Amino acid sequence: MIWNQKIECMDREQLSVLQTEKLRKTAQKVYENVPFYKQAFDELGVKPDDIKSLDDLQSLPFTVKSDLRDHYPFGLFSAKSEDIVRLHASSGTTGKPTVVGYTARDIKNWGDLMARSFAFAGGNKNSVIQVAYGYGLFTGGLGAHYGAEALGATTIPISGGNTKRQIMLMQDFGTTIIAATPSYMLFMAETMEEMGVDPKSLKLEAGVFGAEPWTEAMRTEIEQRFGILAIDIYGLSEIMGPGVASDCECKCGLHISEDFFLPEIIDPVTLKPLPYGSEGELVFTTIDKDGIPLIRYRTRDITSLNADTCECGRTMVRMQKVLGRSDDMLIIRGVNVFPSQIEGVLMDIAGVSPHYQIVVDRAHNFDRLEVQVEVEGSLFSDEVRRLEELRAKIQADIQTVLGINVKVSLVEPKTIERSMGKAKRVIDNR
Amino acid sequence: MTSSCCFEYERKVINMIKQLSVFIENKKGRLAKITGVLADAGIDLIALSIADTTNFGIMRGIVKDPDKAVNILKENGFTASLAEVFVVEVPDEPGGLSNVLQLLDEADVSIEYLYSFVFAQNENALILFRVEDIDGAVAKLKQNGVKLLTADDIY
Repeated sequence: MIWNQKIECMDREQLSVLQTEKLRKTAQKVYENVPFYKQAFDELGVKPDDIKSLDDLQSLPFTVKSDLRDHYPFGLFSAKSEDIVRLHASSGTTGKPTVVGYTARDIKNWGDLMARSFAFAGGNKNSVIQVAYGYGLFTGGLGAHYGAEALGATTIPISGGNTKRQIMLMQDFGTTIIAATPSYMLFMAETMEEMGVDPKSLKLEAGVFGAEPWTEAMRTEIEQRFGILAIDIYGLSEIMGPGVASDCECKCGLHISEDFFLPEIIDPVTLKPLPYGSEGELVFTTIDKDGIPLIRYRTRDITSLNADTCECGRTMVRMQKVLGRSDDMLIIRGVNVFPSQIEGVLMDIAGVSPHYQIVVDRAHNFDRLEVQVEVEGSLFSDEVRRLEELRAKIQADIQTVLGINVKVSLVEPKTIERSMGKAKRVIDNR
Repeated sequence: MTSSCCFEYERKVINMIKQLSVFIENKKGRLAKITGVLADAGIDLIALSIADTTNFGIMRGIVKDPDKAVNILKENGFTASLAEVFVVEVPDEPGGLSNVLQLLDEADVSIEYLYSFVFAQNENALILFRVEDIDGAVAKLKQNGVKLLTADDIY
């Protein structure tokens, strides 16, 4: 089912006209209200009025994550504080989170965009939607929630965790659509098997999965174990939250809601825009947001765009499943992790920067992170107790800083490969 | 007062033995590599103990030339250090160790670890101790007539 036929199947020429108009208004808004953008525009010698077509997008400045951090907490907001009705935050490379703000209109639009995604999954007002994304500052839970309500479905705000209870309610409430991370879904399948519940016996018809990268193999596994349609959903809090792009039933790329988010693919090194079909870094300009509109935000996600009309009838451009990142951020069990955060913890403990490596594995659909630290010089002790204390302290401090539990291994010096240039800190075996 | 302080200091220094400690990952062949490095450098192992956990081990040993041993191991990419320990000599019969432990207990000395070894020509047992308060321990044992070895006795 298509939620907004008029927009989602709009002729692309008409769409360009709509987008250009929205882009001009957005450029005007940020130029007038956000000193950071006024300065950035002025430095490039560009004025909002100069924008005559979508080609002029290339002349506008980029925005990166550290810009949000540098202007923490509200420096990049365009709307007045009395008009901001919601704040969300996500983790950054250092202590401070990235903060985004929403006006009432933004919240309503977000709900509508997310409803499109649920409609992709076959959802309608008769659906019973279980939202197993975390509720809180993370945009996943509330984003999916408002989308389910906008759809008119019966919404179960269960959040993450408490797996046995989730399964019981899924049976008792007759959940038809679930919103969760794909790895959590597979974890639920295993728990069900332990409980003696057949995943196929549920009333579940579809799932909307995202917040972490996942493979086609995982999709097939979810679909086969549960007997449901599994669609991929993409989003990031800086741009809106979940609902920026979503699979349709064809599963041949995620349709981007281009009436709200103008996508570009750029070469991450030269920063030049690339044509449709080329792989590169995904950049978004939000053209219909009031709270924190962003110009040419570099997502660091690598993908390609396809503008052909899809078999489902939608004309909105499709992005390939995200292939990787152009920075070193990891997503572990849905949590953003930057190696530099781990380096920070080690430095605080050791006083120096020991050689370390991060190894990521996935076992039984559960992400695991191991931090290997070389024991050298002042870190060493002849007492087992002290080495164990060191290990425990590193583990505890990482838990505090990152919010995830990791394995810490002490290794001999020189066992971690040295590199000529940037150290290869991460080995991702997933 | 001054002379007794010097005497105490001298006693402590004489009875303090340097023990070699090396970090070993639980991987095949690491211990063989360490002993190989020492052998190649002509360093004789007098006593040896290995503490193991699930994840790593610590090799502890008394060698003839502890300073040389530490350096040669570091050059070969191992993490090694020296720790201060003392060695007592007790008759090789039941109660030998127990007696010493009771004395240390009375003096409130907490023991980090210990292990024992022998010299071929000697009928007595040798026990190495690593404690938090080496001065207190040595003083208490000497007061009670326990024989402590000196660095010269060993290497």
